[in-house]
Amino acid sequence: MTTAAIDCDLHPAVPGVATLLPYMDDYWRHTLVERGIEVLESSSYPPNAPSSVRADWRGPKGGAPSTVAQLQAQALDRWGAAAGILNPMFPVQLPFSRDMSAAMARAVNDWVRAEWLDRDARLRASILLPNGVEEAVAEIERLAPDIRFVQGMVLCMGEIPLGRREWWPVHAALEKHGLPLAIHAGSAWRHPPTSVGWPSWYVEEYTSNSYGFQASLASLVTEGVFQKHPGLKVVLVESGVSWLPGFLWRLTKSWKGVRFEVPWLDRPPAEIVRDHVRMTIRPFDAPEDGETVSRLLDHLRSDEMLLWATDWPHAHFDGDATVPPGFPEGLLPKIMVDNPRATYARLREGGSA
Amino acid sequence: MARHVVAPAAEIPPGGRKVVEAAGKRIVVFNLEGEFFALLDRCPHQGGALSGGILCGLTQSEEPGTYRFSRSGEFIRCPWHQWEFDIRTGKSWFDPRRTKVRQFPVAVEEGAALVEGPYQAETFPVRVEDSYVVLEA
Repeated sequence: MTTAAIDCDLHPAVPGVATLLPYMDDYWRHTLVERGIEVLESSSYPPNAPSSVRADWRGPKGGAPSTVAQLQAQALDRWGAAAGILNPMFPVQLPFSRDMSAAMARAVNDWVRAEWLDRDARLRASILLPNGVEEAVAEIERLAPDIRFVQGMVLCMGEIPLGRREWWPVHAALEKHGLPLAIHAGSAWRHPPTSVGWPSWYVEEYTSNSYGFQASLASLVTEGVFQKHPGLKVVLVESGVSWLPGFLWRLTKSWKGVRFEVPWLDRPPAEIVRDHVRMTIRPFDAPEDGETVSRLLDHLRSDEMLLWATDWPHAHFDGDATVPPGFPEGLLPKIMVDNPRATYARLREGGSA
Repeated sequence: MARHVVAPAAEIPPGGRKVVEAAGKRIVVFNLEGEFFALLDRCPHQGGALSGGILCGLTQSEEPGTYRFSRSGEFIRCPWHQWEFDIRTGKSWFDPRRTKVRQFPVAVEEGAALVEGPYQAETFPVRVEDSYVVLEA
């Protein structure tokens, strides 16, 4: 562990809608109470699922940690990171009303700013993006001047594939401000999380996030987003890692035979992904032996892609084993310091508000 | 390399192709608007016969959503995995440096020149008044 390490995935839990009300305008503060909308929880993270919150980090009633003090004690101070990036998972993607989605995203982002960023100078945050493209662009423009916001964040299973042209104003706004697009595990529940229909069990749904990431990545690459926005970086957060090499092999192999369908791609998809896409290392999804992990890292064919993250408070490891077993020691400075700093321009620039 | 008379030129009209044997190799000869090109009839990927593929043009793009089509009929796609090869160079489009098919020099010569020279046409008579495809392999 180095003192310059950057933890690229921390989750500040919003205790409930009441927490957000002070950060809403009169209309939304009034109407959410009047309508009785007190909680909004996505089944992507069932509160009592063991993976949703590590057992030793749960509150007295089993709840998720939701204060800076808890984050400091459980992760930030404990592992001595120089900086940590907050990725709020409050499900602003669920409302079908564009306006409600945007009002909630604004409130979450302002809550993060006031109750987290202002209370610990090590903290940075994602701009949680609402569903609507215009609203998402507006939220980027509203918060970009505060350089503690280091990226915009969406879910891997949203309303439409992320590469489609409808989304390009968001990519343009992010590129303009030097903000990566973070794609986090989770669904807006507009579609079944598998392409063959609704799964019955949580374990199916949890596993299906990797399909969502694959579809999002294929869409971003083949639609030509990285040709249109060569400065844009994408960070896959909580995506798992081990599925990527096989997926890239298939995408690139198939592309060779249908290149004329997407002629704007001037080089193989795997190369484009290696240049533009980064991923956090928790979960890692690999067996716990060094040889297998090394082979997997060879298959990535890049040591630039991985970003250290604890995924606090989700449960991926016991005690202080923040790095997957078998991970080569020599790569740690790279994934903990160099790669995050290369990915996040605003971390290099200092980033105090 | 020896020179081989492989076909009467009239047998490969513009847009046409013909598989010939020369020096023990299967070679496919293309006629692009009167210019002849010869490639080994074997895809460098897994050995598919290029001669069985479809002719296509070159699709390029300035930016996503724009299509620039040119050089119609100047590319051959391997029938097995549809990789595109430039008939004029033998190079694949997606990886021209490393993935390419062997090319052979080919020309059209008059029968009058051929009957006087040191050429051998093994399978058909060469007539003075016709022209022939001559391949170096």
